[in-house]
Amino acid sequence: MVKIPTVTSWQDLPVGCVVPGGTMIINKTGAWKVFRPVVDHKKCTLCMLCWIYCPDSSVVLAEGKIEFDYDHCKGCGICANECPAKAIRMELEV
Amino acid sequence: METEKLTFTGNESAALGAKLARVEVVATYPITPQSTIVENLSRFIANGELKAEIINAESEHAAISICIGASLSGARTFTATASQGLVLMHEMLHWAAGARTPIVMAVTNRALCVPWSLHADFQDAISQRDTGWIQFYCENNQEVLDTIIQAYKISEDKRVLLPSMVSLEGFILTHTVERVDVPKQKDVDEFLPPYKNEFFYIDPENPLAENVVVLPDWYMEYRYQQEVAMQNAKEVIDKVSKEYFDKIGRNWGGLIEAYMMEDAEVAVVTMGTIAGTARVAVREMRKKSGKKVGLIKVRCFRPFPVEEFKKFSSLKALAVIDRSYSFGCGGPLCTEVKSAFYNTEEKPLILGVVAGLGGRDVNVGDIINVLEKTIEVSKTGKVERETIWLNLKGEQLR
Amino acid sequence: MPSKPISIKDFPKDEFMVKGHTACPGCGMAIAVRQALKILGKNTVLAIPAGCIAGGSTTGPFPLSGFALPTVYCSFDETAAFLAGIETALKVKGLKEKFNVVGIAGDGGTADIGLQCLSGAVERGHKIIYICYDNEAYMNTGIQRSGTTPYGAWTTTTPVGSLRMFKQEPKKDMPQIMIAHKIPYVATASPAFPSDLAGKIKRAMEIGGPAYIHIHTPCPTGWRFPPEKTIEVARLAVLSGMWILYEVENGVFKLNVKISKRKPVKEYLSIQGRFRHLTAEDLEKIQKEVDENCKRVGM
Repeated sequence: MVKIPTVTSWQDLPVGCVVPGGTMIINKTGAWKVFRPVVDHKKCTLCMLCWIYCPDSSVVLAEGKIEFDYDHCKGCGICANECPAKAIRMELEV
Repeated sequence: METEKLTFTGNESAALGAKLARVEVVATYPITPQSTIVENLSRFIANGELKAEIINAESEHAAISICIGASLSGARTFTATASQGLVLMHEMLHWAAGARTPIVMAVTNRALCVPWSLHADFQDAISQRDTGWIQFYCENNQEVLDTIIQAYKISEDKRVLLPSMVSLEGFILTHTVERVDVPKQKDVDEFLPPYKNEFFYIDPENPLAENVVVLPDWYMEYRYQQEVAMQNAKEVIDKVSKEYFDKIGRNWGGLIEAYMMEDAEVAVVTMGTIAGTARVAVREMRKKSGKKVGLIKVRCFRPFPVEEFKKFSSLKALAVIDRSYSFGCGGPLCTEVKSAFYNTEEKPLILGVVAGLGGRDVNVGDIINVLEKTIEVSKTGKVERETIWLNLKGEQLR
Repeated sequence: MPSKPISIKDFPKDEFMVKGHTACPGCGMAIAVRQALKILGKNTVLAIPAGCIAGGSTTGPFPLSGFALPTVYCSFDETAAFLAGIETALKVKGLKEKFNVVGIAGDGGTADIGLQCLSGAVERGHKIIYICYDNEAYMNTGIQRSGTTPYGAWTTTTPVGSLRMFKQEPKKDMPQIMIAHKIPYVATASPAFPSDLAGKIKRAMEIGGPAYIHIHTPCPTGWRFPPEKTIEVARLAVLSGMWILYEVENGVFKLNVKISKRKPVKEYLSIQGRFRHLTAEDLEKIQKEVDENCKRVGM
C-alpha cells in the first residue's frame, strides 16, 4: 500500500526529486516515547478531544472505542492532559 | 498583425518568439533594457493574440519562483530579465535547474552594479554559468526569435528537462531594429508540440511530493543525473537546429558556428554581437591582406562545446574575446576554451581579450587589431600577456 | 457571512499529515496543520517552505515524505510566489476549480523573509489560501527570534544577558497587515479551538481566496514548557486575551470568541520558560497592552 521507490543507481533516481506522498508512515516514531497513554474505557465519554488534539494522528477510534497507535505515539501526553473525564493516564513505557 | 511588419527590435523578436512558442504563463518584472519584452507580451495577451496568463510579480526573485511553481504544475512558462534582476534570481536559478523545470528566459544582458550601468556586457548571464541552465548567446534579432522557439524544444526534451536562458545584448540588440522573418504559427506548432510534464503532476489519487531532503547517500547521484541531462543537451541542440532548418529554413549551427575556419590558421573566439562584428573583420582581413583568419562563434556556452573546440587543436593561435570577467582569474570564455584544449596533444596559443564591458563599443577595427596581434603571437610562439583589456585608458599592470 | 464552527465529530477521518512525521512530541504546528488539512481535503495542492513543517517534520530523508497530498517543497522566501505560479498554471489548464492551492508557512517564512512575496501574491488576488503557523520564532533552526516573537520572549538571538535583555520589540501584527491589503478573508485561529479553526478553513475554501489564516501554534521545545501542555498554553493565550480569535471578511470584523472574564496574562506567561525572567514591571506592561487591544476589539 505504501510505495517506497527503490533506488540502486543514479539512473533509478526519480527525476526532479519527486517521490510518492505520505510514505513517512513507515517511520515508527513510537520508539521515541518515554510514557505511553492508557485509557480507562469506563470513564471515556467518546468526546473525541484526544483524537482532535493528537499531533501524530495516533489516537484512533476502533470498534467504537478509543485506542492508541503505539507504533507512532510519541508519548507527549496532550491527550491525558486534555481529557475532560480524566480517562487517560500516562504510564512509563517499558 | 505583427507578421506584416518586416523589422523588429530584439525585444520585440524575443516577445514574438515566446508568443509563437505558445507560452502559457508569463511572469514579469520590469528592468531596463528588458521591459519592452514583457510589455509586448502583455499587449499580445490583452489583444487575445496569445492565450496565456501574465503575472506581474513583485520582484525578479518572485518572477522566477512563480515560473517554477507554474512549470511544475504543467504550464509552459517564460520570463525575461537583465543585470541586477538576473543576479537577484540567482538562488532560484539553481532551484529551477535542480527541479528540472524547462523554463525559458530571455536575458537582455546588461552590466552589473557597482558602478551603475545600463549598457551591455555579459557579466550578468556569465556569472550564472554554474546554475545548471542551458545558455545561448545571440548575434542578431533573427537569432533571438529562432533561439527562443528552439529553446523550448530543447529544454522540454525528455532527455534534457533543464531551463534555458537566451541572451541578447542590452540596447545593441534589444532596442535596435533589424530585419526579422517571423515564422508562421502553423509551422512553429508543427515544430514544437504542447508541453506535457511527466515527472511531477497534481493528482489527488496519486499524491506526489517534490523536493524532499536528500542526504549525502544520494545527493551526488542527483547532481550526476543533472549533469547527464546537460550533456544530453549537446546532442539535442544539434538535432533541434537541424529540425528547425528543415521546418522553418534557418540554421544557426549547433553549439558553435565555425566561420571561414576551413583553412584558417588563426581565429577569434567570441559570443553575441561581437561575433557579428568579427564576421565582418574576418572577411575584410581576408579580402585586404589574404590572411587566413576565421571566427569561432560560441552560440551555446552551457553545455560548453568542449568536443567542438578539440577539433581545432591544430590551429596556431586563438584570441578569445570576453565581454565579461572573473576577477582574480580571467575572462570566463577564455578560461573555458583553454580548459577544453588542456588534454589535447596539439593546442593553439591562446590570447585572452577583455572588451566591451559596460557597453563599450567593439568595432571592426578593434577585432582586426586583435587578429593582427594573434597572428604575431602565432609567429613568435609566445603569449607575453595572458589577458589584454582592449582599449583601456591607462597602463595595464598585469 | 462569517465562518460557522464545525463540530469535532464532523471532522473528516482522513489524515493528510501522516503519522511517522518527525515533529517534536506535543508540536502545536502538527496539531493545527492536521486539523486544517482534514477540512481542506484531498483536492489540495500544498506549497511548503523551509521550517518545522518541512525539514522539521515531513521532508525525507529521501525517499520519505510526510503529506499524503500533492506537495511542492518550495524555497523559504517565496511560498506565496510558488502558490501564485501553481494557481495560475491550474487556471490556464482549466483545473483551478478542482483544487485548493494552499501554502503553509511559519512565522519567519511569512512575516520576515516571506513577506514580500505574500504581499505581492495577495495584492494580485490569486485564489490561494495562505496559512501561517506562528510558533513565534525560527524554531526549526534552533529558536531564533523572528518578527512575530512577542515582547519579552527569550530566544537564542534575544537571550537574557546583562547588557541586553530578551526581545524588546513588539510582535509584528501579520493579520492586520493582510487586512490592510483588503483581501476577502483574514482570520486568526488556534489549535485549542478546533471547531473555530475548521470553520475558518471552510470559509476560506468557500470564498476561494486570497485568504489568510494565522494560527497561533505553541511550541514546547522553544517556549519551554512540558509537551503535554501545548493545548493548555494555546487555550490560555486566548483566555487571557493575548491571542484574539477573530475574522475579517471583506472588511467586516467579527470577534469569534469573546472572553468576558479574561485570565491575567501572568497565568499564560508563567507557564512558559521563555518568559520566566520577566519582572513585575514587564508583566504590567504586557497586561496593559493586552487590555488596550481587547478593548479595541470590543472584548
